[in-house]
Amino acid sequence: MTITDLTALLALGSIALFVIGLKRLSRVRTARSGNALMAGGMLLAVLITLLEIGLVDYRWIITGLVVGGGIGVAIVVRAQATQMPEIVARFNGFGGAASALVALSLFWLAVVEVPGDRTTADALGATAAVTLVLSVLIGTATLSGSILAELKLRGTMSKDPRVPLRTAVMAGLVLIGLGVGLFAMFSLADTGVAALVVIAVVVASLLVGIVLVLPIGGADMPVVISLLNSLSGLAAAATGFALSNQLLIIAGTIVGAAGLILTQIMCVAMNRSLVNVIAGSFGEAGDVEHGEYGHVVSADAESAAMVLEAAGSVIIVPGYGLAAARAQNAAYDLARALLDRGTQVRFAIHPVAGRMPGHMNVVLAEAEVPYELLFEMSEINPEFSQTDVAIVVGANDVVNPAANDTPGSPIAGMPILEVENARRVFVIKRSLSPGYAGIKNALFEREHTVMLFGDAKEVLTELAGEVTQAR
Amino acid sequence: MMGPLLISLYVFVLAAFLGFELINKVPPTLHTPLMSGANAMSGITVIGALTLVTVASPSVGIVLGLLALILASINVVGGFLVTDRMLATFGGRK
Repeated sequence: MTITDLTALLALGSIALFVIGLKRLSRVRTARSGNALMAGGMLLAVLITLLEIGLVDYRWIITGLVVGGGIGVAIVVRAQATQMPEIVARFNGFGGAASALVALSLFWLAVVEVPGDRTTADALGATAAVTLVLSVLIGTATLSGSILAELKLRGTMSKDPRVPLRTAVMAGLVLIGLGVGLFAMFSLADTGVAALVVIAVVVASLLVGIVLVLPIGGADMPVVISLLNSLSGLAAAATGFALSNQLLIIAGTIVGAAGLILTQIMCVAMNRSLVNVIAGSFGEAGDVEHGEYGHVVSADAESAAMVLEAAGSVIIVPGYGLAAARAQNAAYDLARALLDRGTQVRFAIHPVAGRMPGHMNVVLAEAEVPYELLFEMSEINPEFSQTDVAIVVGANDVVNPAANDTPGSPIAGMPILEVENARRVFVIKRSLSPGYAGIKNALFEREHTVMLFGDAKEVLTELAGEVTQAR
Repeated sequence: MMGPLLISLYVFVLAAFLGFELINKVPPTLHTPLMSGANAMSGITVIGALTLVTVASPSVGIVLGLLALILASINVVGGFLVTDRMLATFGGRK
């Protein structure tokens, strides 16, 4: 058995680990082991590759792995739970950029830096020439798109400017990038000129990613990141074709396809169509709903705590405000104070509350809120009508009754938590400012709603203190 | 016998079908971790970078390859770690 046979066999093992890992990652009970299996598959893939390339000069290999791995660990260790979505966006951009850079590196090493004049297609073959351009295009667009997505998630970049003739501009940039790139690969024998043209392709691709993400609102960023993730998989697959590396093609394609399905699933959960999201139309109709609030009742924590002390059942509804104020521990403190009094306490999790689907689960899990206290929307919605108090913490659009009763609303039809059915509703919020959809929330004007203005963490801590003292 | 390009094409199409069928009915809880895990997997391009940076003499190509290797390693190591961190406190211990 030759080394090539051995590595080819081992590669099957790596693929199996990826497939089984990804499958297990999509079920709650097995998710963590699934992630570990995928990491194992990746480690095996790296070992296989080291075995394949045999004895070479290892200095750059070791430098790259150590520096990259170290930075990766540092980023994760320093990240706070609220930043997870941004981190995923950033890593995704790195992945896309890496694929594009592999293609560029191949081009420089095998064409530009080899003396003599011939086209890239002559030097590497037609397949490699075509997929090289694709990898650069997709990978680079993923990078610029992901950077922009991260900025939007952070709120650094809160505007969603329209791009005139966006579809035409984007199609034009892609076609120019593709056309010019292929021309350089197949017709330019002067490698220096070809290199300059390839740099132009990189610039065009950067613009594609920017034009794609620019007009899309922050609320849709999860879907956009999922889509970009799918693209970075395809960029890896294209790189695989250029290097004729089957393992790279398989793993990249699986991510590309699975990422596309996940994007679709997310769109369904948010009751949006992918076309709609990409068109960036969210919130355009929002102006209709803008308006001043009329009758809004607010109270302080002390009087709210008195209501809570008398309540038999409480449902806490967390939103992005909870994550932003890092109030998950305070929320759990309040829950425990109430549980100690014999009050029934549950957390209602809207699938898209926060900046990403599942964001609330991640944040509450960090405060070690037991899984048994968390309820999904379909389970908890019928329960609100038998609940004494619902406490909304920094959530807005996901509890807006307009989704059910105002057909023209931008969020019409979006599944919401039917908080208004509870006997009393407390809303902990900094101000009456609108949520991501940019619309007014009629819940805040309801007679049985009381606003507790302030920082989520401070208000919750105060409430927990009052409830504990009252014993 | 099929040529190498045709084999790659077969592999590509079959892997696409596999990817499409692999994921269905994901509970919303897992949307973010699944995206994060798949994102780490797209760092597979690290093996492409490894095959390129095998000579000592630094050149533009090597620098580009090294940059690719670093970014891909960040993607892989950070990606799997961040996914594990998300999953560590829920689901796994149940």
